[in-house]
Amino acid sequence: MGVVCLNCKFFSVFAKHARTSLTENSMGKNTLTKADNPAENQDKMIAGLADKWRDKKGSLIMALHDVQSHYGYVPRDVARKLAHQLDVPLARIYEVITFYNYFKLTPPGKHRISVCLGTACYLKGAPELIAEVESLLGIKEGQTTSDGLFQMDVVRCLGCCGLAPVMTVSEEEGNKVYAKLSRKQVAEIIAKYSKPGAIEKK
Amino acid sequence: MILAGFAIGAQRGFFYIRAEYPLAIKRIEKAIEQAYERGLLGNNILGSGFSFDLEIRLGAGAFVCGEETALIESIEGKRGTPRSRPPFPADKGLWNHPTIINNVETLATVAQIIYRGGEWLAAIGTEKSKGTKVFAITGKVKNSGLVEIPMGMTIGEVVFGIAGGVLGGRKLMAVQTGGPSGGVIPLKLIDTKISYEHLAEVGSIMGSGGLIVMDEDDCMVDIPRFYLRFCVEESCGKCAPCRIGGFQMLQILDRIAEGKGVESDLKQMQRIAQGMQKASLCALGQTAPNPVLSTMKYFPEEYRQHVEDKKCRAGKCTKMVQYTIDQTHCKKCKLCVVNCPVGAISGSREAGYVVDQVKCIKCGTCYEVCKFKAIVRK
Repeated sequence: MGVVCLNCKFFSVFAKHARTSLTENSMGKNTLTKADNPAENQDKMIAGLADKWRDKKGSLIMALHDVQSHYGYVPRDVARKLAHQLDVPLARIYEVITFYNYFKLTPPGKHRISVCLGTACYLKGAPELIAEVESLLGIKEGQTTSDGLFQMDVVRCLGCCGLAPVMTVSEEEGNKVYAKLSRKQVAEIIAKYSKPGAIEKK
Repeated sequence: MILAGFAIGAQRGFFYIRAEYPLAIKRIEKAIEQAYERGLLGNNILGSGFSFDLEIRLGAGAFVCGEETALIESIEGKRGTPRSRPPFPADKGLWNHPTIINNVETLATVAQIIYRGGEWLAAIGTEKSKGTKVFAITGKVKNSGLVEIPMGMTIGEVVFGIAGGVLGGRKLMAVQTGGPSGGVIPLKLIDTKISYEHLAEVGSIMGSGGLIVMDEDDCMVDIPRFYLRFCVEESCGKCAPCRIGGFQMLQILDRIAEGKGVESDLKQMQRIAQGMQKASLCALGQTAPNPVLSTMKYFPEEYRQHVEDKKCRAGKCTKMVQYTIDQTHCKKCKLCVVNCPVGAISGSREAGYVVDQVKCIKCGTCYEVCKFKAIVRK
Protein backbone atom coordinates (compact mmCIF):
# COMPACT_ATOMS: atom_id res chain seq x y z
CA MET A 1 0.00 0.00 0.00
CA GLY A 2 1.03 3.59 -0.36
CA VAL A 3 2.45 4.42 3.01
CA VAL A 4 1.49 8.00 3.66
CA CYS A 5 1.76 8.53 7.33
CA LEU A 6 3.73 5.85 9.08
CA ASN A 7 5.15 8.32 11.51
CA CYS A 8 2.05 10.37 11.85
CA LYS A 9 0.68 10.66 15.33
CA PHE A 10 -2.21 12.98 14.78
CA PHE A 11 -4.82 11.66 12.54
CA SER A 12 -8.55 11.68 12.58
CA VAL A 13 -10.66 8.61 12.10
CA PHE A 14 -10.97 9.51 8.49
CA ALA A 15 -7.22 9.63 8.13
CA LYS A 16 -6.96 6.04 9.18
CA HIS A 17 -9.26 4.93 6.44
CA ALA A 18 -7.74 7.26 3.96
CA ARG A 19 -4.36 5.71 4.53
CA THR A 20 -5.45 2.24 3.81
CA SER A 21 -7.89 2.88 1.04
CA LEU A 22 -8.09 6.18 -0.74
CA THR A 23 -4.38 6.41 -1.12
CA GLU A 24 -4.03 2.79 -1.95
CA ASN A 25 -6.27 2.68 -4.98
CA SER A 26 -4.51 4.91 -7.36
CA MET A 27 -1.05 5.44 -5.97
CA GLY A 28 1.95 3.51 -7.15
CA LYS A 29 3.24 0.95 -4.71
CA ASN A 30 5.45 2.34 -2.01
CA THR A 31 6.03 5.65 -3.66
CA LEU A 32 5.97 7.32 -0.30
CA THR A 33 8.11 5.15 1.90
CA LYS A 34 9.70 6.75 4.87
CA ALA A 35 12.97 8.46 4.13
CA ASP A 36 15.63 9.30 6.67
CA ASN A 37 15.68 12.98 5.91
CA PRO A 38 12.42 14.69 6.95
CA ALA A 39 12.63 17.34 4.25
CA GLU A 40 13.30 14.73 1.62
CA ASN A 41 10.49 12.68 3.05
CA GLN A 42 8.15 15.62 2.70
CA ASP A 43 9.21 16.31 -0.87
CA LYS A 44 8.67 12.70 -1.77
CA MET A 45 5.28 12.70 -0.20
CA ILE A 46 4.18 15.79 -2.05
CA ALA A 47 5.55 14.47 -5.32
CA GLY A 48 3.64 11.23 -4.74
CA LEU A 49 0.46 13.16 -4.00
CA ALA A 50 0.87 15.29 -7.05
CA ASP A 51 1.41 12.24 -9.25
CA LYS A 52 -1.67 10.68 -7.82
CA TRP A 53 -3.97 13.62 -8.41
CA ARG A 54 -2.38 15.67 -11.21
CA ASP A 55 -4.26 14.01 -14.04
CA LYS A 56 -7.57 13.98 -12.29
CA LYS A 57 -9.63 17.06 -12.89
CA GLY A 58 -10.65 19.07 -9.85
CA SER A 59 -8.82 16.96 -7.33
CA LEU A 60 -7.34 19.74 -5.21
CA ILE A 61 -9.66 19.03 -2.30
CA MET A 62 -8.77 15.36 -2.38
CA ALA A 63 -5.05 16.18 -2.38
CA LEU A 64 -5.58 18.49 0.60
CA HIS A 65 -7.42 15.71 2.41
CA ASP A 66 -4.35 13.54 1.96
CA VAL A 67 -2.07 16.30 3.26
CA GLN A 68 -4.24 16.91 6.28
CA SER A 69 -4.54 13.23 7.12
CA HIS A 70 -0.75 13.07 7.15
CA TYR A 71 0.06 16.22 9.12
CA GLY A 72 -3.17 16.85 10.97
CA TYR A 73 -3.28 20.26 9.28
CA VAL A 74 -2.07 21.87 6.08
CA PRO A 75 1.37 23.37 6.71
CA ARG A 76 2.22 26.41 4.63
CA ASP A 77 5.42 25.01 3.14
CA VAL A 78 3.62 21.86 2.08
CA ALA A 79 0.86 23.92 0.51
CA ARG A 80 3.47 25.93 -1.37
CA LYS A 81 5.18 22.84 -2.71
CA LEU A 82 1.86 21.28 -3.60
CA ALA A 83 0.88 24.43 -5.48
CA HIS A 84 4.09 24.19 -7.47
CA GLN A 85 3.66 20.50 -8.21
CA LEU A 86 -0.01 20.67 -9.15
CA ASP A 87 0.46 23.96 -10.98
CA VAL A 88 -2.26 25.78 -9.05
CA PRO A 89 -1.74 29.21 -7.49
CA LEU A 90 -1.08 29.15 -3.75
CA ALA A 91 -3.98 31.58 -3.41
CA ARG A 92 -6.34 28.96 -4.80
CA ILE A 93 -5.21 26.50 -2.15
CA TYR A 94 -5.58 29.10 0.58
CA GLU A 95 -9.00 30.02 -0.71
CA VAL A 96 -10.14 26.42 -0.58
CA ILE A 97 -8.64 25.70 2.84
CA THR A 98 -10.28 28.70 4.42
CA PHE A 99 -13.66 27.97 2.87
CA TYR A 100 -14.01 24.47 4.24
CA ASN A 101 -14.25 23.92 7.97
CA TYR A 102 -12.48 20.61 7.80
CA PHE A 103 -9.10 22.00 6.75
CA LYS A 104 -6.87 23.53 9.38
CA LEU A 105 -3.97 25.93 9.04
CA THR A 106 -2.55 25.37 12.51
CA PRO A 107 -1.23 22.19 14.10
CA PRO A 108 -3.76 20.35 16.23
CA GLY A 109 -3.39 19.71 19.95
CA LYS A 110 -2.54 16.22 21.08
CA HIS A 111 -6.08 15.50 22.11
CA ARG A 112 -8.66 17.15 19.93
CA ILE A 113 -11.88 17.54 21.83
CA SER A 114 -14.81 17.90 19.47
CA VAL A 115 -18.07 18.89 21.02
CA CYS A 116 -21.02 18.26 18.75
CA LEU A 117 -23.36 21.18 18.26
CA GLY A 118 -25.89 19.54 16.02
CA THR A 119 -29.52 20.26 16.81
CA ALA A 120 -30.07 17.17 18.93
CA CYS A 121 -26.97 17.84 21.01
CA TYR A 122 -27.87 21.51 21.29
CA LEU A 123 -31.27 20.67 22.72
CA LYS A 124 -29.80 18.20 25.13
CA GLY A 125 -27.26 20.54 26.64
CA ALA A 126 -24.21 20.79 24.36
CA PRO A 127 -23.78 24.51 25.12
CA GLU A 128 -23.18 23.59 28.76
CA LEU A 129 -20.54 21.06 27.76
CA ILE A 130 -18.79 23.70 25.68
CA ALA A 131 -18.87 26.17 28.55
CA GLU A 132 -17.48 23.52 30.87
CA VAL A 133 -14.60 22.58 28.57
CA GLU A 134 -13.83 26.27 28.07
CA SER A 135 -13.76 26.97 31.78
CA LEU A 136 -11.75 23.85 32.60
CA LEU A 137 -9.09 24.34 29.97
CA GLY A 138 -9.18 28.11 29.71
CA ILE A 139 -9.44 27.99 25.92
CA LYS A 140 -12.06 29.07 23.47
CA GLU A 141 -13.41 27.21 20.49
CA GLY A 142 -10.69 26.37 17.96
CA GLN A 143 -7.85 27.11 20.37
CA THR A 144 -5.15 24.84 21.75
CA THR A 145 -3.94 24.84 25.34
CA SER A 146 -0.49 26.34 25.88
CA ASP A 147 0.98 22.90 26.62
CA GLY A 148 -0.39 21.63 23.30
CA LEU A 149 -2.25 18.85 25.03
CA PHE A 150 -5.82 19.84 24.26
CA GLN A 151 -7.62 21.48 21.44
CA MET A 152 -11.30 22.24 21.53
CA ASP A 153 -13.50 22.41 18.50
CA VAL A 154 -17.21 22.84 18.14
CA VAL A 155 -18.32 20.62 15.30
CA ARG A 156 -21.43 20.11 13.22
CA CYS A 157 -23.22 16.87 13.76
CA LEU A 158 -21.06 13.84 14.40
CA GLY A 159 -23.80 11.68 12.97
CA CYS A 160 -24.92 9.99 16.18
CA CYS A 161 -27.84 12.15 17.29
CA GLY A 162 -29.35 9.24 19.20
CA LEU A 163 -26.49 9.51 21.68
CA ALA A 164 -26.77 13.27 22.25
CA PRO A 165 -25.04 15.18 23.66
CA VAL A 166 -21.83 13.80 22.20
CA MET A 167 -18.19 14.73 22.50
CA THR A 168 -15.19 13.00 20.94
CA VAL A 169 -11.59 13.07 22.07
CA SER A 170 -8.88 12.04 19.64
CA GLU A 171 -6.53 9.38 20.88
CA GLU A 172 -3.65 7.65 19.16
CA GLU A 173 -5.95 4.90 17.96
CA GLY A 174 -8.64 7.20 16.65
CA ASN A 175 -11.53 9.11 18.12
CA LYS A 176 -13.11 8.06 21.35
CA VAL A 177 -16.79 8.91 21.52
CA TYR A 178 -18.35 10.00 24.80
CA ALA A 179 -22.11 9.89 24.64
CA LYS A 180 -25.07 11.15 26.67
CA LEU A 181 -22.82 13.43 28.64
CA SER A 182 -23.59 15.64 31.55
CA ARG A 183 -21.62 18.66 32.62
CA LYS A 184 -20.05 16.79 35.51
CA GLN A 185 -18.66 14.02 33.33
CA VAL A 186 -16.67 16.50 31.24
CA ALA A 187 -14.22 17.19 34.06
CA GLU A 188 -13.67 13.47 34.60
CA ILE A 189 -12.99 12.90 30.93
CA ILE A 190 -10.54 15.77 30.67
CA ALA A 191 -8.79 14.64 33.84
CA LYS A 192 -8.30 11.25 32.23
CA TYR A 193 -6.22 12.77 29.46
CA SER A 194 -4.27 15.31 31.44
CA LYS A 195 -1.34 14.92 33.75
CA PRO A 196 -2.40 14.30 37.35
CA GLY A 197 -3.23 17.52 39.13
CA ALA A 198 -2.85 19.64 36.03
CA ILE A 199 -6.48 20.57 35.74
CA GLU A 200 -8.07 22.65 38.38
CA LYS A 201 -11.37 24.30 37.88
CA LYS A 202 -10.90 27.99 37.31
CA MET B 1 -26.48 4.93 -9.75
CA ILE B 2 -25.25 2.79 -12.62
CA LEU B 3 -28.86 2.48 -13.76
CA ALA B 4 -29.32 6.23 -13.48
CA GLY B 5 -26.19 6.71 -15.55
CA PHE B 6 -27.53 4.30 -18.14
CA ALA B 7 -30.89 6.08 -18.23
CA ILE B 8 -29.41 9.47 -19.05
CA GLY B 9 -26.44 8.23 -21.04
CA ALA B 10 -23.75 9.45 -18.64
CA GLN B 11 -20.28 8.00 -18.62
CA ARG B 12 -19.03 9.19 -15.28
CA GLY B 13 -20.50 9.34 -11.82
CA PHE B 14 -19.32 10.85 -8.57
CA PHE B 15 -20.16 10.12 -4.98
CA TYR B 16 -19.91 13.22 -2.84
CA ILE B 17 -19.56 12.15 0.77
CA ARG B 18 -18.85 14.09 3.93
CA ALA B 19 -15.31 13.48 5.14
CA GLU B 20 -16.74 13.33 8.65
CA TYR B 21 -18.44 10.03 7.86
CA PRO B 22 -15.55 7.58 7.50
CA LEU B 23 -17.76 4.51 7.65
CA ALA B 24 -19.85 5.66 4.69
CA ILE B 25 -16.69 6.33 2.69
CA LYS B 26 -15.27 2.92 3.47
CA ARG B 27 -18.44 1.12 2.48
CA ILE B 28 -18.86 2.95 -0.81
CA GLU B 29 -15.20 2.33 -1.65
CA LYS B 30 -15.75 -1.34 -1.10
CA ALA B 31 -18.94 -1.34 -3.15
CA ILE B 32 -17.23 0.40 -6.07
CA GLU B 33 -14.32 -2.01 -5.90
CA GLN B 34 -16.65 -5.01 -5.94
CA ALA B 35 -18.67 -3.58 -8.81
CA TYR B 36 -15.50 -3.21 -10.89
CA GLU B 37 -14.44 -6.75 -10.01
CA ARG B 38 -17.73 -8.15 -11.20
CA GLY B 39 -17.82 -6.12 -14.37
CA LEU B 40 -20.70 -3.89 -13.29
CA LEU B 41 -18.53 -0.81 -13.74
CA GLY B 42 -15.91 0.08 -16.31
CA ASN B 43 -15.87 -0.47 -20.04
CA ASN B 44 -18.67 -2.28 -21.83
CA ILE B 45 -20.66 -3.32 -18.76
CA LEU B 46 -21.95 -6.89 -19.12
CA GLY B 47 -21.45 -6.69 -22.85
CA SER B 48 -24.08 -3.96 -23.18
CA GLY B 49 -21.81 -1.49 -24.88
CA PHE B 50 -22.48 0.94 -21.99
CA SER B 51 -19.45 2.18 -20.06
CA PHE B 52 -19.60 3.87 -16.68
CA ASP B 53 -17.00 4.90 -14.11
CA LEU B 54 -17.60 5.90 -10.52
CA GLU B 55 -15.39 7.72 -8.08
CA ILE B 56 -15.59 9.28 -4.66
CA ARG B 57 -15.11 12.93 -3.85
CA LEU B 58 -15.02 14.02 -0.23
CA GLY B 59 -16.68 17.02 1.28
CA ALA B 60 -14.75 19.08 3.76
CA GLY B 61 -17.29 20.46 6.14
CA ALA B 62 -19.36 22.97 4.24
CA PHE B 63 -23.13 22.81 4.65
CA VAL B 64 -23.79 24.79 1.49
CA CYS B 65 -22.17 22.03 -0.58
CA GLY B 66 -25.43 20.13 -0.22
CA GLU B 67 -26.82 22.64 -2.69
CA GLU B 68 -26.45 21.14 -6.15
CA THR B 69 -24.47 23.83 -7.90
CA ALA B 70 -22.23 24.35 -4.86
CA LEU B 71 -21.68 20.61 -4.82
CA ILE B 72 -20.57 20.77 -8.44
CA GLU B 73 -18.11 23.55 -7.63
CA SER B 74 -16.76 21.47 -4.77
CA ILE B 75 -16.28 18.38 -6.94
CA GLU B 76 -14.38 20.63 -9.33
CA GLY B 77 -12.03 21.34 -6.43
CA LYS B 78 -13.12 24.91 -5.80
CA ARG B 79 -14.85 26.80 -3.02
CA GLY B 80 -18.38 25.49 -2.75
CA THR B 81 -20.37 28.53 -3.82
CA PRO B 82 -23.64 28.16 -5.72
CA ARG B 83 -23.92 29.22 -9.33
CA SER B 84 -26.73 31.32 -10.65
CA ARG B 85 -29.30 29.47 -12.69
CA PRO B 86 -30.04 29.17 -15.59
CA PRO B 87 -28.15 27.39 -17.01
CA PHE B 88 -29.32 24.52 -14.85
CA PRO B 89 -26.95 21.64 -14.17
CA ALA B 90 -28.95 19.44 -16.52
CA ASP B 91 -27.73 21.72 -19.32
CA LYS B 92 -24.37 22.83 -17.97
CA GLY B 93 -23.13 21.21 -14.81
CA LEU B 94 -19.86 19.61 -13.88
CA TRP B 95 -17.14 21.10 -16.10
CA ASN B 96 -20.02 22.46 -18.18
CA HIS B 97 -21.28 19.00 -19.08
CA PRO B 98 -24.93 18.12 -18.54
CA THR B 99 -25.18 16.78 -15.00
CA ILE B 100 -27.87 15.22 -12.86
CA ILE B 101 -27.56 15.39 -9.08
CA ASN B 102 -29.56 13.11 -6.89
CA ASN B 103 -29.67 12.29 -3.24
CA VAL B 104 -28.54 8.81 -2.33
CA GLU B 105 -31.99 8.13 -0.89
CA THR B 106 -33.57 8.79 -4.29
CA LEU B 107 -31.11 6.57 -6.10
CA ALA B 108 -31.63 3.81 -3.56
CA THR B 109 -35.29 3.71 -4.57
CA VAL B 110 -34.43 3.12 -8.23
CA ALA B 111 -33.35 -0.46 -7.64
CA GLN B 112 -36.55 -1.19 -5.74
CA ILE B 113 -38.69 0.32 -8.48
CA ILE B 114 -36.97 -1.78 -11.16
CA TYR B 115 -37.41 -4.81 -8.97
CA ARG B 116 -41.04 -4.34 -7.96
CA GLY B 117 -42.43 -1.99 -10.55
CA GLY B 118 -43.60 1.61 -10.50
CA GLU B 119 -47.15 0.72 -9.40
CA TRP B 120 -45.81 -0.76 -6.21
CA LEU B 121 -44.10 2.48 -5.23
CA ALA B 122 -47.00 4.62 -6.39
CA ALA B 123 -49.34 2.68 -4.10
CA ILE B 124 -47.45 3.99 -1.08
CA GLY B 125 -47.81 7.57 0.06
CA THR B 126 -50.11 10.49 -0.69
CA GLU B 127 -51.39 11.77 -4.00
CA LYS B 128 -48.40 13.98 -4.68
CA SER B 129 -45.70 12.42 -2.51
CA LYS B 130 -45.07 8.80 -3.33
CA GLY B 131 -43.06 6.16 -1.60
CA THR B 132 -41.34 6.25 1.74
CA LYS B 133 -39.08 8.67 3.53
CA VAL B 134 -36.30 8.07 6.00
CA PHE B 135 -36.39 10.33 9.04
CA ALA B 136 -33.89 10.93 11.77
CA ILE B 137 -36.00 11.41 14.88
CA THR B 138 -34.18 13.07 17.71
CA GLY B 139 -34.49 15.65 20.41
CA LYS B 140 -36.66 15.12 23.46
CA VAL B 141 -38.08 11.72 22.54
CA LYS B 142 -37.79 8.32 24.17
CA ASN B 143 -36.55 6.45 21.09
CA SER B 144 -34.35 8.44 18.80
CA GLY B 145 -32.89 7.10 15.59
CA LEU B 146 -33.61 6.49 11.95
CA VAL B 147 -37.03 5.35 10.76
CA GLU B 148 -38.45 4.78 7.32
CA ILE B 149 -42.10 5.69 7.10
CA PRO B 150 -44.64 5.72 4.30
CA MET B 151 -45.45 9.23 3.13
CA GLY B 152 -48.73 10.47 4.54
CA MET B 153 -48.19 9.29 8.09
CA THR B 154 -48.91 12.08 10.57
CA ILE B 155 -46.22 13.70 12.69
CA GLY B 156 -48.12 12.62 15.80
CA GLU B 157 -48.05 8.97 14.74
CA VAL B 158 -44.30 9.15 14.32
CA VAL B 159 -43.58 11.04 17.54
CA PHE B 160 -45.97 9.28 19.89
CA GLY B 161 -46.07 5.94 18.10
CA ILE B 162 -42.67 5.05 16.72
CA ALA B 163 -40.58 7.35 18.88
CA GLY B 164 -42.48 6.44 22.04
CA GLY B 165 -43.49 9.95 23.05
CA VAL B 166 -41.73 12.81 24.77
CA LEU B 167 -38.87 12.14 27.15
CA GLY B 168 -39.68 12.20 30.84
CA GLY B 169 -43.42 12.45 30.22
CA ARG B 170 -43.14 16.15 29.50
CA LYS B 171 -45.43 18.10 27.25
CA LEU B 172 -44.62 18.35 23.58
CA MET B 173 -44.11 21.92 22.48
CA ALA B 174 -43.27 21.68 18.82
CA VAL B 175 -41.68 19.55 16.16
CA GLN B 176 -39.16 20.84 13.70
CA THR B 177 -38.57 19.15 10.37
CA GLY B 178 -36.11 19.49 7.57
CA GLY B 179 -32.83 20.46 9.19
CA PRO B 180 -31.61 23.98 10.00
CA SER B 181 -33.79 25.59 7.37
CA GLY B 182 -37.02 23.83 8.15
CA GLY B 183 -39.96 25.32 9.97
CA VAL B 184 -41.20 24.69 13.48
CA ILE B 185 -44.59 22.99 13.70
CA PRO B 186 -46.58 23.53 16.90
CA LEU B 187 -48.44 20.90 18.91
CA LYS B 188 -51.80 21.97 17.50
CA LEU B 189 -50.70 20.92 14.02
CA ILE B 190 -49.36 17.56 15.15
CA ASP B 191 -51.81 15.77 12.85
CA THR B 192 -50.15 17.24 9.80
CA LYS B 193 -49.32 14.53 7.31
CA ILE B 194 -45.69 14.02 6.41
CA SER B 195 -45.52 14.75 2.71
CA TYR B 196 -43.93 17.47 0.61
CA GLU B 197 -47.20 19.32 0.06
CA HIS B 198 -48.55 19.08 3.61
CA LEU B 199 -45.33 20.20 5.23
CA ALA B 200 -45.10 23.12 2.83
CA GLU B 201 -48.64 24.14 3.81
CA VAL B 202 -47.62 24.61 7.44
CA GLY B 203 -44.45 26.50 6.51
CA SER B 204 -41.91 23.75 6.85
CA ILE B 205 -40.03 21.48 4.48
CA MET B 206 -39.07 17.85 4.12
CA GLY B 207 -35.48 18.99 3.66
CA SER B 208 -32.86 16.67 5.01
CA GLY B 209 -35.38 14.45 6.75
CA GLY B 210 -34.68 15.50 10.28
CA LEU B 211 -37.47 15.47 12.83
CA ILE B 212 -36.65 17.21 16.04
CA VAL B 213 -38.94 17.07 19.00
CA MET B 214 -39.00 19.95 21.46
CA ASP B 215 -40.66 20.03 24.84
CA GLU B 216 -41.82 22.84 27.08
CA ASP B 217 -38.26 23.45 28.28
CA ASP B 218 -37.28 24.74 24.87
CA CYS B 219 -37.55 28.40 24.04
CA MET B 220 -39.13 29.33 20.73
CA VAL B 221 -36.87 32.34 20.35
CA ASP B 222 -33.69 30.51 21.25
CA ILE B 223 -34.28 27.61 18.82
CA PRO B 224 -34.63 29.73 15.66
CA ARG B 225 -31.67 31.75 16.88
CA PHE B 226 -29.61 28.57 17.01
CA TYR B 227 -30.68 27.57 13.49
CA LEU B 228 -30.16 31.00 12.07
CA ARG B 229 -26.69 31.21 13.59
CA PHE B 230 -25.88 27.96 11.84
CA CYS B 231 -27.12 29.27 8.49
CA VAL B 232 -25.23 32.53 8.93
CA GLU B 233 -22.01 30.68 9.67
CA GLU B 234 -22.53 28.35 6.75
CA SER B 235 -23.54 31.03 4.29
CA CYS B 236 -20.93 31.04 1.55
CA GLY B 237 -21.13 34.81 1.25
CA LYS B 238 -21.56 34.93 -2.50
CA CYS B 239 -24.93 36.67 -2.61
CA ALA B 240 -25.88 39.66 -0.49
CA PRO B 241 -29.41 38.75 0.64
CA CYS B 242 -28.16 35.65 2.42
CA ARG B 243 -24.86 37.09 3.67
CA ILE B 244 -26.19 40.40 4.95
CA GLY B 245 -29.82 39.48 5.57
CA GLY B 246 -28.99 36.48 7.69
CA PHE B 247 -26.47 38.43 9.72
CA GLN B 248 -28.85 41.30 10.37
CA MET B 249 -31.65 38.97 11.36
CA LEU B 250 -29.36 37.19 13.77
CA GLN B 251 -28.35 40.51 15.34
CA ILE B 252 -31.98 41.33 15.95
CA LEU B 253 -32.67 37.91 17.43
CA ASP B 254 -29.63 38.20 19.67
CA ARG B 255 -30.94 41.53 20.86
CA ILE B 256 -34.34 40.06 21.61
CA ALA B 257 -32.77 37.17 23.49
CA GLU B 258 -30.79 39.62 25.59
CA GLY B 259 -33.93 41.45 26.56
CA LYS B 260 -33.13 44.49 24.43
CA GLY B 261 -35.71 43.85 21.74
CA VAL B 262 -38.22 46.48 20.63
CA GLU B 263 -41.53 45.95 18.91
CA SER B 264 -40.36 47.17 15.53
CA ASP B 265 -37.73 44.41 15.51
CA LEU B 266 -40.35 41.82 14.70
CA LYS B 267 -41.57 43.70 11.65
CA GLN B 268 -38.03 44.35 10.56
CA MET B 269 -37.22 40.66 10.75
CA GLN B 270 -40.19 39.85 8.57
CA ARG B 271 -39.05 42.35 5.97
CA ILE B 272 -35.52 40.95 5.89
CA ALA B 273 -36.89 37.41 5.71
CA GLN B 274 -38.97 38.28 2.67
CA GLY B 275 -35.95 39.77 0.97
CA MET B 276 -33.89 36.68 1.67
CA GLN B 277 -36.60 34.36 0.44
CA LYS B 278 -37.05 36.21 -2.80
CA ALA B 279 -33.55 37.26 -3.69
CA SER B 280 -31.10 34.66 -2.42
CA LEU B 281 -29.14 32.71 -4.98
CA CYS B 282 -29.71 29.28 -3.52
CA ALA B 283 -31.96 27.40 -1.17
CA LEU B 284 -29.74 28.05 1.84
CA GLY B 285 -30.58 31.74 1.87
CA GLN B 286 -34.13 31.24 0.65
CA THR B 287 -35.01 28.89 3.47
CA ALA B 288 -32.81 30.21 6.28
CA PRO B 289 -35.60 32.47 7.62
CA ASN B 290 -38.05 29.53 7.88
CA PRO B 291 -37.44 28.70 11.56
CA VAL B 292 -37.78 32.36 12.53
CA LEU B 293 -40.90 32.95 10.45
CA SER B 294 -42.63 29.80 11.61
CA THR B 295 -41.96 30.44 15.29
CA MET B 296 -43.13 34.04 14.90
CA LYS B 297 -46.29 32.72 13.30
CA TYR B 298 -47.08 29.94 15.75
CA PHE B 299 -45.62 31.30 18.97
CA PRO B 300 -46.22 35.06 18.85
CA GLU B 301 -46.81 35.01 22.59
CA GLU B 302 -43.23 33.91 23.24
CA TYR B 303 -41.83 36.73 21.14
CA ARG B 304 -44.14 39.19 22.89
CA GLN B 305 -42.90 37.99 26.27
CA HIS B 306 -39.28 38.40 25.23
CA VAL B 307 -39.79 41.84 23.73
CA GLU B 308 -42.31 43.41 26.13
CA ASP B 309 -41.97 41.58 29.44
CA LYS B 310 -38.26 40.79 28.98
CA LYS B 311 -38.96 37.28 30.16
CA CYS B 312 -37.98 33.89 28.77
CA ARG B 313 -40.52 31.28 29.78
CA ALA B 314 -38.14 28.37 29.28
CA GLY B 315 -35.18 30.06 30.92
CA LYS B 316 -32.98 29.44 27.86
CA CYS B 317 -32.25 33.05 27.08
CA THR B 318 -29.83 33.25 29.95
CA LYS B 319 -29.31 36.99 29.90
CA MET B 320 -32.91 37.49 30.95
CA VAL B 321 -33.04 34.83 33.61
CA GLN B 322 -32.95 35.63 37.29
CA TYR B 323 -31.94 33.10 39.89
CA THR B 324 -33.38 33.49 43.37
CA ILE B 325 -33.51 31.28 46.43
CA ASP B 326 -36.83 30.05 47.72
CA GLN B 327 -36.33 30.24 51.50
CA THR B 328 -39.13 27.78 52.27
CA HIS B 329 -37.40 24.99 50.33
CA CYS B 330 -33.84 25.94 51.23
CA LYS B 331 -32.22 23.54 53.70
CA LYS B 332 -29.19 25.82 54.17
CA CYS B 333 -26.81 23.14 52.91
CA LYS B 334 -24.54 25.79 51.32
CA LEU B 335 -24.00 23.65 48.22
CA CYS B 336 -24.87 26.59 45.98
CA VAL B 337 -22.61 28.93 47.94
CA VAL B 338 -19.65 26.59 47.53
CA ASN B 339 -20.29 25.93 43.85
CA CYS B 340 -21.03 29.45 42.66
CA PRO B 341 -18.05 30.35 40.44
CA VAL B 342 -18.29 34.07 41.15
CA GLY B 343 -19.24 34.04 44.82
CA ALA B 344 -22.57 35.68 44.20
CA ILE B 345 -24.44 33.79 46.90
CA SER B 346 -24.02 34.95 50.47
CA GLY B 347 -25.82 34.84 53.80
CA SER B 348 -25.90 32.70 56.90
CA ARG B 349 -27.79 29.72 58.26
CA GLU B 350 -29.91 31.98 60.41
CA ALA B 351 -30.71 34.73 57.96
CA GLY B 352 -30.86 32.53 54.85
CA TYR B 353 -28.93 32.84 51.60
CA VAL B 354 -29.49 35.27 48.77
CA VAL B 355 -28.20 35.65 45.22
CA ASP B 356 -26.50 38.94 44.43
CA GLN B 357 -28.06 39.80 41.06
CA VAL B 358 -25.24 42.15 40.12
CA LYS B 359 -22.52 39.56 40.65
CA CYS B 360 -24.53 36.67 39.20
CA ILE B 361 -23.32 35.56 35.76
CA LYS B 362 -26.42 33.41 35.22
CA CYS B 363 -24.44 30.24 34.65
CA GLY B 364 -27.07 28.06 36.29
CA THR B 365 -24.66 26.10 38.47
CA CYS B 366 -26.66 26.74 41.64
CA TYR B 367 -29.83 25.60 39.92
CA GLU B 368 -28.12 22.38 38.95
CA VAL B 369 -26.44 21.54 42.25
CA CYS B 370 -29.40 22.29 44.49
CA LYS B 371 -30.89 19.04 45.72
CA PHE B 372 -34.02 20.62 47.18
CA LYS B 373 -35.22 22.61 44.16
CA ALA B 374 -34.85 25.76 46.21
CA ILE B 375 -33.30 27.77 43.40
CA VAL B 376 -35.95 29.51 41.36
CA ARG B 377 -35.17 30.28 37.73
CA LYS B 378 -37.34 32.94 36.18
